[in-house]
Amino acid sequence: MDRVKGQLMTGAEIVVRCLQEEKVEYVFGYPGGSVLYIYDELFKQDEVKHVLVRHEQGAAHAADGYSRASNKVGVCLVTSGPGVTNAVTGIATAYMDSIPMVIISGQVPTHAIGLDAFQEVDTVGVTRPCVKHNFLVKDIKELASTIKKAFYLATTGRPGPVLVDIPKDITAASHEFLYPESVQIRSYSPVAKGHSGQIKKAVQLISEAKRPMIYTGGGVILSNASAQLTELTRTLGYPITNTLMGLGAYPATDKQFLGMPGMHGTYEANMAMQNCDVLLAVGARFDDRVIGNPKDFAKNPRKIIHIDIDPSSISKRVKVDVPIVGDVREVLDEMLKLLSARSNGVELEQWWKQIGQWRQKDCLHYDRDSALIKPQYVVEKLWEVTQGDAFVTSDVGQHQMWAAQFYRFDQPRRWINSGGLGTMGFGLPSAMGVQYANPGATVACVTGEASIQMCLQELSTCKQYRMPIKIVNLNNRYLGMVRQWQQIDYGSRYSESYMDALPDFVKVAEAYGHVGMRIDQPGDVEGALREAFAMKDRLVFLDFITDQTENVWPMVKAGKGLTEMLLGSEDL
Amino acid sequence: MRHIISILLENEAGALSRVAGLFSARAYNIESLTVAPTEDASMSRMTIVTRGSQDVVEQITKQLNKLVEVVKVVDLSEAEHIERELMLIKVRAGAKEREEMKRVADIFRGRVIDVSDHTYTIELTGDGAKLDAFIGAIDAGAIIETVRTGASGIGRGNRVLRV
Repeated sequence: MDRVKGQLMTGAEIVVRCLQEEKVEYVFGYPGGSVLYIYDELFKQDEVKHVLVRHEQGAAHAADGYSRASNKVGVCLVTSGPGVTNAVTGIATAYMDSIPMVIISGQVPTHAIGLDAFQEVDTVGVTRPCVKHNFLVKDIKELASTIKKAFYLATTGRPGPVLVDIPKDITAASHEFLYPESVQIRSYSPVAKGHSGQIKKAVQLISEAKRPMIYTGGGVILSNASAQLTELTRTLGYPITNTLMGLGAYPATDKQFLGMPGMHGTYEANMAMQNCDVLLAVGARFDDRVIGNPKDFAKNPRKIIHIDIDPSSISKRVKVDVPIVGDVREVLDEMLKLLSARSNGVELEQWWKQIGQWRQKDCLHYDRDSALIKPQYVVEKLWEVTQGDAFVTSDVGQHQMWAAQFYRFDQPRRWINSGGLGTMGFGLPSAMGVQYANPGATVACVTGEASIQMCLQELSTCKQYRMPIKIVNLNNRYLGMVRQWQQIDYGSRYSESYMDALPDFVKVAEAYGHVGMRIDQPGDVEGALREAFAMKDRLVFLDFITDQTENVWPMVKAGKGLTEMLLGSEDL
Repeated sequence: MRHIISILLENEAGALSRVAGLFSARAYNIESLTVAPTEDASMSRMTIVTRGSQDVVEQITKQLNKLVEVVKVVDLSEAEHIERELMLIKVRAGAKEREEMKRVADIFRGRVIDVSDHTYTIELTGDGAKLDAFIGAIDAGAIIETVRTGASGIGRGNRVLRV
């Protein structure tokens, strides 16, 4: 604890000073009654810059995108009541994907709490199930230490959003400011180092594997372990798959990469997941969208090594043989010390041969001669035009899957999407955060005409702050993924999945002061993308009118086994 | 299977609702839950009785450990332990039933702690089965009111849960 006698400050000053101490560059927020003192203090300084969104959901997603693309804590500031409830979707999104965020919310004055005051909501109660932890500050003496704790909790162990609820009278009261240098919480001590005996066991098991497979998730990205993972995978010469949350952890253009696994994963990745004899799972959680039916997954005998920072992720859905609790990067570092290059045994050669045969299915094929714009083609061209070097955010649905399948991410923190919660509306506001984290970088938001309308108002924020995001709208006039499920599982009864009365997106973009382009011929796709990305200082809304009934393949239907893949309409 | 889980947690507002919320959010069941501060007022001791397979109970303890305010968790039923529950039961005890009711209470080592013209209030401690047995032993029609605390548990011998 810092024992230096502190300066006398108001609670609002303390909040802003804490943010400065934490080296927060940007706060994404929206003012309102109970945070006015804090906004007044923000006004008086310029170390912490504020980005004014148009809806609090946008603030939470922007802070989230900022964090995902930068490995820093995303911070958002909202007022009490509806300010908080609007942000809840964004907070839950960050929670499901373990994103370090600090949310500061205003609360009605302490004397009014519980009296159904104007704009009062039980913020701690409402957000409890979707934060790593939350606090209500009832005493100004605890304000600075609580904010310190919030940053500490958000970034350590399995990261996550932490909310600090501050009543208005606390921001007006005065107290001396002492920012603690470190935090000790006796009930919280995350493990970082993996158990050395378990690590030895894992290395032995993986070295002796005949049909090995490496399966990695968002944990590798979160712990910045891409370099270690890449070295390990190359040393061993084993096949690897990255989940939706883990794309970019291993270069997608490398020959050892089998593509994404799961419901819309590649044939080769799913077959290898199912048929391997040793599975090394790193920072991944055997999600239902990744392994399909767990009973079916367990049918094939295989040894599983599972590295995860969260003990509760281990043996939750799938029993594992060698659990290692620890920070992925530290554990991989330890494993690398014990590994030696594996001589390419006959068995491994056989295994690669088998994988080669699976690859020949060419499961991501689509009709390249169509007279209509194929959404896959747009993403492929996006990859070419941006030379695979863009930050790509997405919303949720078919376009998200096509972006994940066809934009080949060679670096971590380039693919920004709501994997766990599956939040439509995430794409545009998260792109704003990504742009702030990487000024000057190319940022594209791959979206659909339904998702984009869920946070469309942020086009206004983009104008105010001159964010040159490129919106790639794959417009099929349908809630595409819903339509696909209805076609396959609900007898083609397209209940409420058709989007009637769509706006003219070109005019919408123009109305907000941006550039809009509408593309309806395959031959114009590349040119439009080149033109748009050449406009370095403008937001361009590219409205691609795509094949209305294109589906995402392959597909493992919900509840089915991982190898029961539909490879195209011919399998229906 | 029935498990009895002991938890040490920070004695802070909201800690109880985090634990209770975890059980409902993850569809774990709670048969009983008791909580009170320990000799160190900054900490509470909670006992939860739950039912679930080994896998479910393993998840319960892991998820409890993940809560920031939880200091320690132990599944008492993994080894030798003692559990006790307190029951206060108000029964009809008119002139006719008085003697018999007192006799049954004595058999169960219960104590009559309040008396009125027509009622006894009996205090009884024991494990849940013993309290159930007492309720079974008296005439169901005689019971006016029952208050049970739910089980509290502690490990036997050197088995200790503390910071």
